[in-house]
Amino acid sequence: MSFQDVILILASALRLSTPLLLACLAGLYSERAGVFNIGLEGKMLAAAFAAAVVATLTSSAMLGLLGAIVIGIAFSMIHGFASITQRGNQIVSGVAINTLALGLTAVLGNAWYKEGGRTPPLPASVRFQPIELPFAAEARSIPILGPIYSDLLSGHYGFVYAALAAVPLTAFILQRTRFGLRLRAVGENPAAVDTAGVSVERMRYLALACCGALCGLAGAYMSTAQSASFVTEMTAGKGFIALAALIFAKWRPWGALGACLLFGLLDAVAIRLEGATLPLIGQVPVQAIQSLPYLLTVVLLAGFIGRAVPPKAGGVPYVKERR
Amino acid sequence: MSAAPKELPRWAEVALVPAASVATAFVAAGLVVLAIGENPFEALVILLRGALGSGEGVGFTLYYATNFIFTGLAVAVAFHAGLFNIGGEGQATLGGLGAALVALAFDSTLPAILLLPLAVIASALFGAAWALIPAWLQAKRDSHIVITTIMFNFLAATLLVYLLVGPLKPVGSMAPDTRGFAASAALPTMQGLLGLFGLSIPASPLNISFLLSLVAAAFVWLLIWRSRLGYEIRAFGFNPEATAYAGISATKITIVTLLISGALAGLMASNEILGAQHRLSLGFVSGYGFVGIAVALMGRSHPVGVVLASILFGVLYQGGAELAFEKPAITRDMIVVIQGLVILFAGALERQFHAPLTAIFGRRPTRAETQAAAS
Repeated sequence: MSFQDVILILASALRLSTPLLLACLAGLYSERAGVFNIGLEGKMLAAAFAAAVVATLTSSAMLGLLGAIVIGIAFSMIHGFASITQRGNQIVSGVAINTLALGLTAVLGNAWYKEGGRTPPLPASVRFQPIELPFAAEARSIPILGPIYSDLLSGHYGFVYAALAAVPLTAFILQRTRFGLRLRAVGENPAAVDTAGVSVERMRYLALACCGALCGLAGAYMSTAQSASFVTEMTAGKGFIALAALIFAKWRPWGALGACLLFGLLDAVAIRLEGATLPLIGQVPVQAIQSLPYLLTVVLLAGFIGRAVPPKAGGVPYVKERR
Repeated sequence: MSAAPKELPRWAEVALVPAASVATAFVAAGLVVLAIGENPFEALVILLRGALGSGEGVGFTLYYATNFIFTGLAVAVAFHAGLFNIGGEGQATLGGLGAALVALAFDSTLPAILLLPLAVIASALFGAAWALIPAWLQAKRDSHIVITTIMFNFLAATLLVYLLVGPLKPVGSMAPDTRGFAASAALPTMQGLLGLFGLSIPASPLNISFLLSLVAAAFVWLLIWRSRLGYEIRAFGFNPEATAYAGISATKITIVTLLISGALAGLMASNEILGAQHRLSLGFVSGYGFVGIAVALMGRSHPVGVVLASILFGVLYQGGAELAFEKPAITRDMIVVIQGLVILFAGALERQFHAPLTAIFGRRPTRAETQAAAS
């Protein structure tokens, strides 16, 4: 395997980890505020569908992205209404979101476009285009650093850079702003926040809105950048891998980056090794690599490698104390 | 002393609340049908005619219902212990593997009378085994059962892909299936069984698993409401701390409950693999494990409720197939929409129906009742 191969695999890992990272950060906002979120998959799927449909209707990728964010937030609000206002079970409502999104996107897609749930392919002008970083072409000839800059870091969709930028931004918001402090407090000790005169419900709704917007980005990336149309079930479990990554990251933004890059790399390697024979080991079943994120998460949850402690008030609807 | 809060009478609690939430789900589904330019009432008529209008239709309806009774009971049993087993999908997948391995190994050597019980038991054991690790992790290492069972669903799916594109695929075949089983590994159909008594019903995949699922429902009822273990399960679900002080082992309850739950989910595969498909194929569970969640919520975790809800979903699956045939705009994915709405309204938004119904039908307990309860 040459240096160039390594660069290509890493670049592919970066692309593959982007939707995971966006969804993982989406889950982070929600879970740090005390709302367990197994509905990431459904929110992303609905957003991907919205992006493709709006982009098709308006011939604008940007409006498609906006539509995806709106739908992502809308599904988050359903989740919020059920689990915050109505104090329903957060996991049950998450399952409802996933199931509803799966069914609705398939039914509507089929009814509107009659292609088995696929939306019409978007022309290049209505799709997001990769961004070449400045001097990428000139820098390519520089040894080692050249390919790293031109082939690994340059030439990705804006979403990739946005996802990477969202990591320090999220870390800053959570650790350095009043909003972030309150958000974390609502997930650890909502009664204290309530005593301080801050509405627990409002904070959780805001956190879910951030979650929905990030799911919107992840969905739009899948249907209007990575591919040129929406296909039924196109999220294919990414929402759950993102959830696994969130646990792996111990609910921290920088950890999320590491976990998602790791899972993206596993995916890229699995694609690369499809049918290939390795010396000594022989043919590696692709499924063995594909199952690693799930296996690693179970092992981590079992507490055999470090300990993942979820936010204390997660999963519990807040009931104001009666006086 | 302030007046006691209004309470919903029991009949309203068990019948009216679920009925109201399911009705709302169907109204919402009707709006979706309307939105795609079809007539919901016409769709409903086609759906009901397809599911119940012919003997064959009823057979298919009950055949689908069998799957949902098993996966619904699996979720319901775990709910009683306050555990959310979301892994029915994976446990059923492993159940299918267990049944298929027994069938493939012995279908040329053992007679049906030995082979079939063995294969059915294998499906339950494999399902239970797949629930064991998440159960143990929940009980001993405090890792969240919801997350671990989700991960185990994916692990089961990748395991099945690996086996069906590799070791279990017959040489020269392209399809991701095992070879077909010999006739000795086929569960008797209801058509054949009733034929023994001189009754003739139209052909359908409905088989003896349907009766087995009803036995399982009766077993769950006995277990939960008539056994010591069931009492402990319910007590644990109600208040884990209190049960610990009562000397009931949380580890035991968690593990035993989830083993039973996994076994029930695994049995679903008997119906599919041994009763209908007669080979193990990729994706045979096709979401039936998740339907179990909707069924258990709708049936309020009671076996009778689960059976009724399963038949309703059986109607949707069979009728939905007919509907998709006659109205191509309404694909079978419509069932998934209804399923999602049922989970939303009967599960997550249940409280919403409680308050208005209590306002209408609720009554305050009389003083005599309050005193009787207090003493």
